Amino acid sequence: MKLQGRKVFRGKVAGEALVTTQDISFYGGCDPQTGQIVEKGHELEGKSVAGKVLVFPTGKGSTVGSYILYALRKNGKAPLAIVNKIVDPVVAVGCIISEIPAVDQVQIDRLHSGQKVEVDADHGAVSTSG
Amino acid sequence: MLELKPEEKAMLEGRQGKATRKAMEIITLLGEIYGAKRLIPVSSVQIAGVSYDNLGEPGLEFLSDMAVDGKARVLTTLNPAGMDLEEWQKHGINADFARNQQRVIDAFAKMGVMTTCTCTPYLVGNLPHFGEHVAWAESSAVCFANSVIGARTNREGGPSALAASLTGVTAEYGLHLDENRVAEVKYDVRTRLKTTDDFGLLGQVIGERTKQAIPYITGISHATTEDLMSFSASVATYGGVAMFHMEDITPRTTTVPEKVQIITQEDLSNARRALDDKDAVIDFISIGCPHASIDEISHIANMLDGKRVKKGKTVWITTARPTKDLAVRMGYYDKIEKAGAFLVSDACCAVAPLKGRFTGLMTDSAKACFYARGKNKFKTEIRTIDECIREAVV
Repeated sequence: MKLQGRKVFRGKVAGEALVTTQDISFYGGCDPQTGQIVEKGHELEGKSVAGKVLVFPTGKGSTVGSYILYALRKNGKAPLAIVNKIVDPVVAVGCIISEIPAVDQVQIDRLHSGQKVEVDADHGAVSTSG
Repeated sequence: MLELKPEEKAMLEGRQGKATRKAMEIITLLGEIYGAKRLIPVSSVQIAGVSYDNLGEPGLEFLSDMAVDGKARVLTTLNPAGMDLEEWQKHGINADFARNQQRVIDAFAKMGVMTTCTCTPYLVGNLPHFGEHVAWAESSAVCFANSVIGARTNREGGPSALAASLTGVTAEYGLHLDENRVAEVKYDVRTRLKTTDDFGLLGQVIGERTKQAIPYITGISHATTEDLMSFSASVATYGGVAMFHMEDITPRTTTVPEKVQIITQEDLSNARRALDDKDAVIDFISIGCPHASIDEISHIANMLDGKRVKKGKTVWITTARPTKDLAVRMGYYDKIEKAGAFLVSDACCAVAPLKGRFTGLMTDSAKACFYARGKNKFKTEIRTIDECIREAVV
């Protein structure tokens, strides 16, 4: 299955999807040391975004969130790629400064956690093998 | 489709260094997301995200990386830091924090950014004129610049404001365009506002009601610059508003919306009650959110002259460094400090590392109440400046 979206930040990677239907605030919602989602009651609470193709509708919360993505990258805990329904400026800027491949305008409800996915951000494409 | 000039393309391709490339990537991507057709030059930048208390190590690392080869191309000033850069020790700031805060300031200075550290850059040398395109981040200053001055800026984040500084451009969307600066809801104020706290409360009422819709405000017969600073700060804090129109006070550039909402004294009183915690024990009094003007400092100095701050109370008057320097020359600093209050520059009570140090804040600023409650878990009371100073002294 191939889903066509729009490039946010360049790069081509393949990995395991971690999918949520809830928005993510990286500032206060994700621990930059461990990569764990720490927002109380979040679907992904306790799960780590590190090395995953992180799929969520859009970002929320403080603009400091961009710096949290940067910290995740520096700590080796960044997501492998980000796939959004619609990207918000905080996550967009976070991906650029942290060089995380990212795509938006993707039908994310077609994806589920554990799936192997390939993100070809240069072409805005997300594909699954199976 | 965003079209780039050769010079802009060169920046994007990395021909002008790594930091400039990253900056141009931020600018062009935001332009694409928001459907901009071109980039436009900005004449000044104001960067938020300066306090180490908010930035932390990740933010500092990013700034240090950008400072390796990044240089400001236009006049760029900074938002408040977490401490007075010179007198931090006497304000009870710990040495570790001070060292890290200084590293942040050094990174900006290396890029050629003016380390003014103020939320009121327009009072101290960063003053755009009507119609000028700028890229500012501090929400109260954005609101003041768009509304009172009639300059044009979106509400930038820390990295996107820095990106505008390092490239000298921003993407043309949002409040840079005429069609997005038109008032959407009219608010008729049917009560008289007298002091900065009243204007803060009005900002709170309108901000909460209007959310992102640009307000057109009538019924205000007189407002000082300080009143408009207070209103800008509050309306931007309690709503998502980056611009307002105030009849006969701000430049006349909009049609008047037909939809009208009435604002009464009762609305303001309710807002005041909402910011007054009944069980507040006031041990911290702070004026200067937004940063106090020299006129306010003169007034406060005269009130404090010969008085003494009560035991168990701490008083911070926060302002910009050049204003503090002038206050020293005018003798206001001595009057304030001899009374046992502090004239703190470069910082403010919203971004300094104050959590756990106090329990109750009294201030004239509705915005300061918001951050005191949310970030520092203080109880709050909002009063006029005069009432705040009277509360502080024996």
